[in-house]
Amino acid sequence: MLAKVYVTPKKAILDPQGKAIVHSLHSLHYDEVADVRMGKYLELRLTGLSRGQAQQRVEEMCSRLLANLVIEDFRFEIVED
Amino acid sequence: MKWGVITFPGSLDDRDALHCLEVVLEQHVVPLWHKDPDLHGVDAIILPGGFSYGDYLRCGAIARFSPVMQSVVAFANAGGPVMGMCNGFQILCESGLLPGALIRNQSLSYVCEWTRVRVETTRTAFTTACRAGEILRIPIKHGEGCYVADDTVLQQLEDNGQVVFRYVNDVGEVTAQANPNGALRNIAGVTNARGNVVGLMPHPEHAVETLLGSEDGRKLFLSALR
Repeated sequence: MLAKVYVTPKKAILDPQGKAIVHSLHSLHYDEVADVRMGKYLELRLTGLSRGQAQQRVEEMCSRLLANLVIEDFRFEIVED
Repeated sequence: MKWGVITFPGSLDDRDALHCLEVVLEQHVVPLWHKDPDLHGVDAIILPGGFSYGDYLRCGAIARFSPVMQSVVAFANAGGPVMGMCNGFQILCESGLLPGALIRNQSLSYVCEWTRVRVETTRTAFTTACRAGEILRIPIKHGEGCYVADDTVLQQLEDNGQVVFRYVNDVGEVTAQANPNGALRNIAGVTNARGNVVGLMPHPEHAVETLLGSEDGRKLFLSALR
């Protein structure tokens, strides 16, 4: 089983990297880009868990370590690999 | 008084903190190792700057779960004085001992320069030797020092007097120009509600001898001796 975890900066938090990327895309004439938020993508290979257990454990991993909830949001999906 | 300075893998300024305390301030100081939960009976703890665990995931995110940090959290919750500089500040925020977080500098550039910070409160374990409103000249060196917190937390910090230091210009004014990293409200350092845990991005341990360009940093350490 594979957990695909996405961690992104919260909407209210400044994202200087995202801003720099927007500027760069605009300089390449991709003017349709209104905003970029840059985050992290993690793949967790899981063994020995049911889907329900995985859901619960990954949720816990995200809030304890993988994301800092003061500045980041997370979401994840669990897929068979 | 017995001080402890923690070394994590990737700590840089632990030696400077040891030198500051042992040689300059003639204190009894012991090095503490990240894997050892034993605090060896110290009376105050310093979390130095650097790149603990390579800053992997987020600055301070991995260090927060090291064995020594479990003891530091208990020590702090019991009222023990703890100060974190730079990476130490990041670790204190990650561990929940201090509110808010530190993110990439707004400029996206690493900054290494002298700053002036204004002492906003003397009611912390590390600022009793300062005067309120006093301006200290202390250097910074970091890529991730932009202090952020949501509006509710910021308001609580202001209302409770938990903002300890703010970046200011030569005459003590809070200006955008004096802000080296984009920190909200020019915040350079904060404390917990009790005032025994202090975190700041500037490096007081690099400002304790005239040879280093300033002695202003001494006051923070001397405060804890009172």
